Amino acid sequence: MATAIELPTRQRLGRRISTALLLRPKLLLALLLVPPLLWLGVVYLGSMFALLIQSFFSIDEFTGMIQRTLTLRTYAELLRPAHLDIILRTAAMAASVTLAAAAIAFPIAYFMARYATGRAKAVFYLAVMLPLWSSYLVRVYAWKLILAKEGIITWTAAELGVEGWLEALLSIPVIGGTALSVSHVGTFTVFVYIWLPFMILPIQAALERVPQSIIEASADLGAPPHRTFRNVILPLAFPGVVAGSIFTFSLTLGDYIIPQIIGSSRLFLGQVVFVQQGTAGNIPLAAAFCVVPIVVMSIYLTVAKRLGAFDAL
Amino acid sequence: MRSDPGRRKAPRALTAAAIGGLLFLHLPIALILLYAFSTEEASYEFPPPGLTLRWFAVAWGRQDIWDAIALSLRVAASSTLIAMLLGSLAAAAMSRTRFFGRESISLLIILPIALPGILTGISLRSAFNLGGIPFSTWTIILGHATFCVVMVYNNVVARFRRMPSSWIEASMDLGADGFQTFRHVVLPNIATALLVGGMLAFALSFDEVIVTTFTAGQQSTLPIWMLTELVRPRQRPVTNVVAVFVIAVTFAPLVLAHWLTRRAEGAGGGGLR
Repeated sequence: MATAIELPTRQRLGRRISTALLLRPKLLLALLLVPPLLWLGVVYLGSMFALLIQSFFSIDEFTGMIQRTLTLRTYAELLRPAHLDIILRTAAMAASVTLAAAAIAFPIAYFMARYATGRAKAVFYLAVMLPLWSSYLVRVYAWKLILAKEGIITWTAAELGVEGWLEALLSIPVIGGTALSVSHVGTFTVFVYIWLPFMILPIQAALERVPQSIIEASADLGAPPHRTFRNVILPLAFPGVVAGSIFTFSLTLGDYIIPQIIGSSRLFLGQVVFVQQGTAGNIPLAAAFCVVPIVVMSIYLTVAKRLGAFDAL
Repeated sequence: MRSDPGRRKAPRALTAAAIGGLLFLHLPIALILLYAFSTEEASYEFPPPGLTLRWFAVAWGRQDIWDAIALSLRVAASSTLIAMLLGSLAAAAMSRTRFFGRESISLLIILPIALPGILTGISLRSAFNLGGIPFSTWTIILGHATFCVVMVYNNVVARFRRMPSSWIEASMDLGADGFQTFRHVVLPNIATALLVGGMLAFALSFDEVIVTTFTAGQQSTLPIWMLTELVRPRQRPVTNVVAVFVIAVTFAPLVLAHWLTRRAEGAGGGGLR
């Protein structure tokens, strides 16, 4: 007997599964979401949670053993002057890096958004993107060459006859040092250099969105260019600056590689976390230190959201 | 003219500041290229006393560098594959449907790159300690895949949003089942986005050092090798050569990724017209 055309069994099974899934969109959604959520939930959140729990443990000062009873003692230790110093130093560095990056990034972003066209714009865009994706360590390494005592900066200063300025800069207490590569000035320069693209891109995106008509309207109403810039363009670009600052601030807070390679012996937060969990073996204190950037960034993000920075990302 | 505030010509100070900023971003890299040819062994003397090709040969003969490169490639390839799978699954789920908790899931995907890498690293390390898991290539991959997912996700979700849902409906109306629609309609459309996301994930993993220091144990990926050389320099000229190699390796896929995205965007715009 001739029946309807039989599909091969395998294909029929596939069709049945596909129909079953299409009729139950929630099941399909669950099947799509389960693998990524399982991974991120277990591997990432799970281990993060395990770490944070340990910040409520404490370490026995005599035996060096971790006591697994919940306590706030480790958090109280964060308030010791030496530890507080480290937190404030790191926050001050993050803030100054953010300000400097904004100052350098703004003209680049402004030029990209309002004057560069066609080919020049593509070149600018690629030039800003490339460092973002090229090797972080290699870019830090470049500064080890530049800031070395026998390096190009000392040489240039000597050629120009301004060694005095360099020495004056290095003799400033706290931020100076015996050479640029072992001073806070050096650390600061490298931070600004490494995170600069993160600041340029959001500012540029915000500036791109400022409609030409608003600027024309401001001019038609009699505002001179600098007034238009200050009262129209700058307020509209500000969310972009805040968006960029999220990156520069957060990345500086957590970085422990840069101050380790270029910097003085005064430690930053990331380095302390590294030392405490490693050689010192004080996981609770390391975990408590980890909470600091999380809290700081949560506050920062809440404020940034108020300022409309998320729309500028 | 007041009504056109200099669209064509930028103020000289602005142009100078913009070009100065770009030079600040790129001159340091150029300097490494120069140093790779320096004859000076013990210091970072500028200007280099002489130029030589010797260090390229020395670096070529170093087995530890080859091992580090091989490990980095293995880790990057595996984490990219995992990230491509998980990232596109998440993108498919998030782009089409609205559901309760959607915002928190998108936050969860972004979190591994939004929070400082040191947090991911130390969390994973303490979790491995608690669970008694010994360090291996897989512990490195576990960490890398976690933050690579977002790279693939971002690219693929953007492409999904641009793809009209009517295409999928049309395919179904014409009698294709879900799998056929996926293979002949969805996959060709997201292919370039998936590729670009994969390349970015690969580049990210190949270069990652912060999380890796916590999850590698005694193993040495190329960035870890670089880091040890940076903290305690042993043979500076060899490090210079490796740095040049890394610049060359990262440069190529980036330009390619940029070109692919631009081409895909151009084609998409033309198709919608």
